[in-house]
Amino acid sequence: MRVGVLALQGDFREHVAILDSIGVEGIEVRTPEELQSVEALVIPGGESTTIGRLASLYGLIDPLREAAADGMPMLGTCAGMIFLASGTVEHEQPQLGVLDAVVRRNAFGRQVDSFEAMLDVEGFDEPMHAVFIRAPWIAKVGGGVDVLASVEDDSGVHPVLVRQDRILATSFHPELTGDTRLHRMLVGLVESH
Amino acid sequence: MSTPQPEHGTLTVKRGLAEMLKGGVIMDVVSAEQAKIAEEAGACAVMALERVPADIRAHGGVARMADPAKVEEIINAVSIPVMAKSRIGHFVEARVLESLGVDYIDESEVLSPVDDHHIDKHRFTVPFVCGAKDLGEALRRIGEGAAMIRTKGEPGTGNVIEAVKHMRKMNSQIASLTTLGPDEVMNAARDLRAPFDLVKEVAASGKLPVVNFAAGGIATPSDAALMMQLGCDGVFVGSGIFKSGDPAVRAAAIVEATTFYQDAEKIAKVSKNLGEAMVGINIDTLPESEMMQLRGS
Repeated sequence: MRVGVLALQGDFREHVAILDSIGVEGIEVRTPEELQSVEALVIPGGESTTIGRLASLYGLIDPLREAAADGMPMLGTCAGMIFLASGTVEHEQPQLGVLDAVVRRNAFGRQVDSFEAMLDVEGFDEPMHAVFIRAPWIAKVGGGVDVLASVEDDSGVHPVLVRQDRILATSFHPELTGDTRLHRMLVGLVESH
Repeated sequence: MSTPQPEHGTLTVKRGLAEMLKGGVIMDVVSAEQAKIAEEAGACAVMALERVPADIRAHGGVARMADPAKVEEIINAVSIPVMAKSRIGHFVEARVLESLGVDYIDESEVLSPVDDHHIDKHRFTVPFVCGAKDLGEALRRIGEGAAMIRTKGEPGTGNVIEAVKHMRKMNSQIASLTTLGPDEVMNAARDLRAPFDLVKEVAASGKLPVVNFAAGGIATPSDAALMMQLGCDGVFVGSGIFKSGDPAVRAAAIVEATTFYQDAEKIAKVSKNLGEAMVGINIDTLPESEMMQLRGS
């Protein structure tokens, strides 16, 4: 199986390495042609404004939306989650809008507020070691979105791992800890298609 | 649902932000306006400064941390990470920058060093990037807690030759470490003047344990792509953008060349009609006393 990783900017090599470690072929995707050749797509961590700008400049926005509409499974981590979502609390930036959710960028604060923690995830027996780096959270979810993990602070309960049909999105970085469960879930979505 | 004991300022969290910057361009800016131009051009972070290195070089005298008001102005202007420079060894400047909410501190030879010792970076929650001319210097800095490394190309010259030399040396030293037997690693650590455990780790993995960016003298899209092809993870551009004729266009072109660094046609396309590049300096006309890369080692 060939699983693409959007390779415009960010930690795409870590995602390719995780995909390779679970026996699927990780392919770097930078063009609409390369997108055609894969069965699922990971959108990595990075800077969402940089990734969004390059994606629109190189004609990837519509092909990505069409791929999602055709049922291509996608996993977005951190910047990837922002890019998949339909809006941000702050201001407009290029987004795919294939995940019915509004995100708050840098929701936990600046880099000194970045953290790691063990996180309980619905459906997983063991918690995930989750690394949050200038991470977003989901401020508002649409009806078809299942929340699989959240964090709580004084301001309330905030979803950080969600699924909407074939779209998975996390605030944190499974690719930095070597936890393969979400990548396996993505591959499972291709197989069940 | 849970929010169990979050741990801040760990090595994973510090090194992790550098991982997110990979494949991107970090741009020197001296105002909120420049920071916005950089963000709109696709910068993955900005470096908040009072003067770009070319002006620091021209100005002379002691170069210090930027005015906190300037750093705050830039932090408030953009949503991308903001870095700022402290002097080598000046742990109070670093604490001040940390308190302002800066996302990364560059303990930088561009400013005037205050000590022979570098900052003990393990004591900070904010991560640090440091320059390195070779593997030994990189591992000494990582040993002190640097979470990201960059080449130490001669700042403010618009001349990429020194960054190229540093990256080539790093690559060849890492490659030769991987050929050593276990009984040879200690002598290698002695010769590199680097911590044994880190030398052993690099000998086994064949790569630095942290992200390594190009910095110093990058002025064109081709310069950026050259450094990426030499194996850098991303690019700092100092004076090269805002000392050029058309900063917004050049900034965007360097971002695109960094993503498509292996695609000569795309680099050619973005390099057309960029206007004047910054005026460069030939390194062999610089007296050693003016070589910033020799500060701290």
